[in-house]
Amino acid sequence: MALYSEKVMDHFRNPRNVGVIEDANGVGEVGNLKCGDIMKMYLKIENDVIEDVKFETFGCGSAIASSSMATELIKGQPVKKARELTNKAVAEALDGLPDYKMHCSVLAEEAIEAALDDYDKRQK
Amino acid sequence: MIYADNAATTKMSQVAYNTMTNLMKEIWGNPSSLYTKGQESREVLEKAREEIAGVIGANAREILFTSGGSESDNQAILSAARIGARKGKKHIISDAFEHHAVLHTLNRLKEEGFEVTLLDVHENGLIKPKEVKDAIREDTCLVTIMYANNEIGTIQPIKEIGEICKDKHVIFHTDAVQAVGHIDIDVERDNIDLLSASGHKFNGPKGVGFLYARKGINLSNLIEGGAQEKGKRAGTENVPAIGAMAAALCKKKEKLEESSSYVSKMRDKLIEGLSKIPHSVLNGDATQRLPGNVNFCFEGIEGESLLLLLDDRGILASSGSACTSGSLDPSHVLLAIGRVHDVAHGSLRLTIDEEITEDDIDYIVKNVTEVVEYLRGFSPVWTDLVSGKREFVL
Repeated sequence: MALYSEKVMDHFRNPRNVGVIEDANGVGEVGNLKCGDIMKMYLKIENDVIEDVKFETFGCGSAIASSSMATELIKGQPVKKARELTNKAVAEALDGLPDYKMHCSVLAEEAIEAALDDYDKRQK
Repeated sequence: MIYADNAATTKMSQVAYNTMTNLMKEIWGNPSSLYTKGQESREVLEKAREEIAGVIGANAREILFTSGGSESDNQAILSAARIGARKGKKHIISDAFEHHAVLHTLNRLKEEGFEVTLLDVHENGLIKPKEVKDAIREDTCLVTIMYANNEIGTIQPIKEIGEICKDKHVIFHTDAVQAVGHIDIDVERDNIDLLSASGHKFNGPKGVGFLYARKGINLSNLIEGGAQEKGKRAGTENVPAIGAMAAALCKKKEKLEESSSYVSKMRDKLIEGLSKIPHSVLNGDATQRLPGNVNFCFEGIEGESLLLLLDDRGILASSGSACTSGSLDPSHVLLAIGRVHDVAHGSLRLTIDEEITEDDIDYIVKNVTEVVEYLRGFSPVWTDLVSGKREFVL
């Protein structure tokens, strides 16, 4: 059996929404170099809807795939919906992750949360 | 497919394969049985013992067959520790980047009251013999230092270390798993008392290895039972694997000079090519290293994603990244030579053999360069490095 599901490999090989949004109004970065995973999410929110999302990730295959999947799950969604995104949903959408790689999906959830927090802060 | 992970395991040589399958089919007797069918197996066993002893300059009586490198390391270290303990000597000298088969055995001994000194391996991955000498105490019972490192390939000054141990009457063990069959080893010349080796690292089968123990060193058993291997390792001998291991090693020895000079040339070409990638570094000394070992760190990327993308391009390699080990820490070897976590995660080990061609090297260099560049393209760490928000380490 392969280490990763085909879906993980697909999102790893062809990551969706890769890059930077220059005029993002919500940016979040989580993880640290010590553990070897850093994720950065850029959000462009208009009228409470995630109009655009992009990511940069330093990490393993499942970290890149989790970032990619997470962006797909929230793109075009209302902010409220994006807030509800869980790591479990990311992992399930990827047809599962190996146990010791679940933290990658947690990072994706946290990165989006951090970017949304940043957006909220900027609105005040 | 370019297989560049020969430090993980090697493909069995044709002669090893032929020997093994033939032995499985024809020579199936129990070597402990008295009748001809058994004695025929005994002969295979003893011939293998002699051949292996011949390659490393030992006497056949000093070779014990085991299940591989880890078992040999365990038995060698525990035996030396027991010998020491009987004389009240409970201090062991080793180093920080040994294989876990050595380090974990030492941890176990620490729990049993032994004191362990781990020597510095310095930035070039080489131990200084003088530091071994200075670390030896009245109560030192064992020095255990690997012949060549499994990740960064550095070859230790074994002969000098062996000489020091001989002078000080301290038992010297070397984990030579990566070295046997790849560089010239002579236990007499190198003053080695105990040496561990593994069959599958030199084109032999997996699950078999040997332990050389100098005459007079009393080994303790890990496995109790029958009287096989002079009562030091119970269990019916794996005759086909042992025969194949000996055949593989003889074959390696036969072409050692020719093959190591060719592989070293290819290694240096590969190092030269990969050095051109900006913000990269070769891990381990450039010349005191195994013919086939190349190990680099690339700043701003993570090793597992690098490996997966190289696999897509037909290059099979390995990495010391945390993600490839299932733990959160990157390779203890890279940390021991002073690489910080940031760059240790971005390591790549390519271990080549004589089947590699110049075209393969060009292909590897081209593809590693492309993949590193691609991964840096969406790495937040790289973005910060380039923008000056974070300082380059390499």
